[in-house]
Amino acid sequence: MIGNMFKRFSLFSAISILLILAGIFVTLYIYASDSIHQFGWHFLTNSIWEVGEDDEGGVFGGLIPITGSILTTAIAMIIAVPIAMGIAVFLTEVAFPWLIKPVSIAIELLAAIPSIIYGMWGLFYFAPIIQKTFGGTGIGLLTASIVLAIMIIPFMSAITKDAMNVVPDVLKESAYAMGATKFEVIKDVIMPYSKRAIIGSVILALGRAIGETMAVAFLLGSIMRFPHKITDPTTSIPVLLANNFSEAQDLELSSMFYLALILFALSFAVISLAKFYFLRKD
Amino acid sequence: MEKRLLINKIILIASTISALIGLTFLFWILGTLMVKGLATIHWNLFTKDLVQGGIRNLIIGQFIMAFIATVIAVPLGLMAGIYLREYSYNNKLAMIVRNLSDVMMSAPSIVVGVFVYAIYVDKVGHFGGWGGVIALTIMMLPIIVSTTDNMLSLVPKELREAGIALGGSKHKIILQIVLKAAKVGLTTGVLLAFARVVGETAPLLFTSANNQYLTFNLNSQFPSLTVSIYNLATFPDKKSIALAWAASFVLTVLVLIINLTGRYITRNKHK
Amino acid sequence: MNEKKYIMRAEDFSFTYPGAPAPTLKSINLPIEKNKITALIGPSGCGKSTLLRAFNRIHDLYPGMKYEGKILLANKDGGMDNILELKKERDLVRLRQRVGMIFQKPTPFPMSIYDNVAYGLKLSGVKSKSELDGRVETALKGAALWSEVKDRLKDSAMGMSGGQQQRLCIARAVALKPDVLLFDEPTSALDPISTGAIEELVSELKKEVSIAIVTHNMQQASRLSDYTAFMYLGDLIEFNKTKKIFMNPDEKLTEDYITGRFG
Repeated sequence: MIGNMFKRFSLFSAISILLILAGIFVTLYIYASDSIHQFGWHFLTNSIWEVGEDDEGGVFGGLIPITGSILTTAIAMIIAVPIAMGIAVFLTEVAFPWLIKPVSIAIELLAAIPSIIYGMWGLFYFAPIIQKTFGGTGIGLLTASIVLAIMIIPFMSAITKDAMNVVPDVLKESAYAMGATKFEVIKDVIMPYSKRAIIGSVILALGRAIGETMAVAFLLGSIMRFPHKITDPTTSIPVLLANNFSEAQDLELSSMFYLALILFALSFAVISLAKFYFLRKD
Repeated sequence: MEKRLLINKIILIASTISALIGLTFLFWILGTLMVKGLATIHWNLFTKDLVQGGIRNLIIGQFIMAFIATVIAVPLGLMAGIYLREYSYNNKLAMIVRNLSDVMMSAPSIVVGVFVYAIYVDKVGHFGGWGGVIALTIMMLPIIVSTTDNMLSLVPKELREAGIALGGSKHKIILQIVLKAAKVGLTTGVLLAFARVVGETAPLLFTSANNQYLTFNLNSQFPSLTVSIYNLATFPDKKSIALAWAASFVLTVLVLIINLTGRYITRNKHK
Repeated sequence: MNEKKYIMRAEDFSFTYPGAPAPTLKSINLPIEKNKITALIGPSGCGKSTLLRAFNRIHDLYPGMKYEGKILLANKDGGMDNILELKKERDLVRLRQRVGMIFQKPTPFPMSIYDNVAYGLKLSGVKSKSELDGRVETALKGAALWSEVKDRLKDSAMGMSGGQQQRLCIARAVALKPDVLLFDEPTSALDPISTGAIEELVSELKKEVSIAIVTHNMQQASRLSDYTAFMYLGDLIEFNKTKKIFMNPDEKLTEDYITGRFG
């Protein structure tokens, strides 16, 4: 009797996950439906974002924040992937054993720091450096992308390291036993052996980067304009939502929901690809 | 041969440099936080609320929301994890729940904020602490599910069989034996999950928003450390910015302490 | 004693794992004769694998190991060099190309059959496609694998059976034309039929290379080897012609072990 209730409650809890997830999709869709009906797919290719007179209606297109999201994520990945790989290689193959633990913990602590702190640090310490070195105001694509990269590097290197650690020692030894150098063992044995999991880790980190908000909210600029230079300010979906969501009304608010839906669907797709295709446990 | 060794050297040096870059940023960020934090921190900050230039109400508010979220998310997530490991026999539903929960774990937190705005703020007509609680619960739930799922999978099958052989009923064995065996891992999981959500900003921005005063009324706007940092940092005056640094310092220290405590518990068990 | 008979020799060789209070190997003196098979036997934990793994310095992958004494390897001028003195990565790479190793479990690399065999050759600088093709074929024939795989050289090596994979690993090592091959319990993960094939192959190979083999299996040692070394708790108890060791050992301990009184 109690056993049965216990079992039912556990089933209900499991299903609640699905309900929440479905709830997010359906709710975002309902709230976005005004904008979806008004602009349809054209929303994705239109770069105009203008509230109509008397705050009624207006024309809204998501191209600029969508482009901003793609650009920040892409630049961040270009910076983060080699460094994260380097750290993973360092921790699995290069470092002295007594160094591995403290360095891994340090890197994981970097991942535990709340993202708003990255934003603070970026705003007051990193943006001025970018301004001095590359010109501009310091607020823009480059600053935001670099801080985003710093933010995802620990996460990416932690899961890449786990992927590399799966390679059996004896397989590495047999490559060394043929006279391979460390780099050759990494390139010819470790990388091919854990290729799938490494790609999965990178894509997973990409999924995180697309949705990351607070680290970049101060740094991208929140301006509805395409960037022409890498130091130019622009906006992205999370930044636009963080800075402008609460003031939006009616059709603009609905368009914000449309953007949130796009962001959710995008990260859902990317993360699913990583989890179900590359990191499938079987 | 010489070329191979040279390439080898270069790559190994490059990987060491990568690790150094990672560490440099860690110490840079922690270092500025220490310098700025220690310069601005003052006992008064902990006795006064935001309205008087302190952060007492912010810390309390942040922890109340994260704590209530934990109280809701832990039993729910634990039960879901129990279903996945103990009752489902890995049927289709379990596979779907397990995978989607994993996906949800990486979902953008700002989207959760937008979602809760729609189901709570828009319905009741104002920002409120409950909104923040709901948002943090949604953030935390999948982490608890995944932790429970993993930790229960480490409990040896023989333990359950031994319990059954002694005539225990299934739910009793789960509650009295399996959960107990997984206790340390689960505690660590909960602490790490708490450390993660207590530092969240985006899900709170337009759900609980912020409050200058100390309040325990979750139906009103609720004070938040992270949202305050976000607001204060963009103010032009030095005082606000100094307060933002102090708040950042306190937040980071608390998050890292909770995180390290969680790690410490498991490490001791493995010794 | 004729120096030129030996390809390798351990002299007063001691070995200590990092953090261990006492050496795992104590003053070992063991010769490896050219074109002969030397078997290392003894109960688990006697140090036979540890000794074998010192012959190509594979221990060096993990820091903190302590070597004492000498391990000599014959050079081209007819003398012998102490491989424990090698410090540079370049010299270790060369050493491992001269002293190959086959492990307990088959370790095919995650690449095609062809690439597995060609891997070491490419590392050692062989670039010409025709030379690679030739040497891969010779090595696979040498490992009695050619007829089984010649039509699927481009397939992944992971798809082969355990026995085939182990022969592939042998082919891979043989392709480098090493002077010495070290076998670390090469058949312990295989079924009896594959084991037979590997044993046959090992006896064939001694025409080309000198062999040291660690084995748990006493029949294997007596069937295959010319010399046998019996080790116990880090000491080399007895070394002699295999026949002598198995028929009429000098030491009581050796006799107890080979008659199965402990193990």
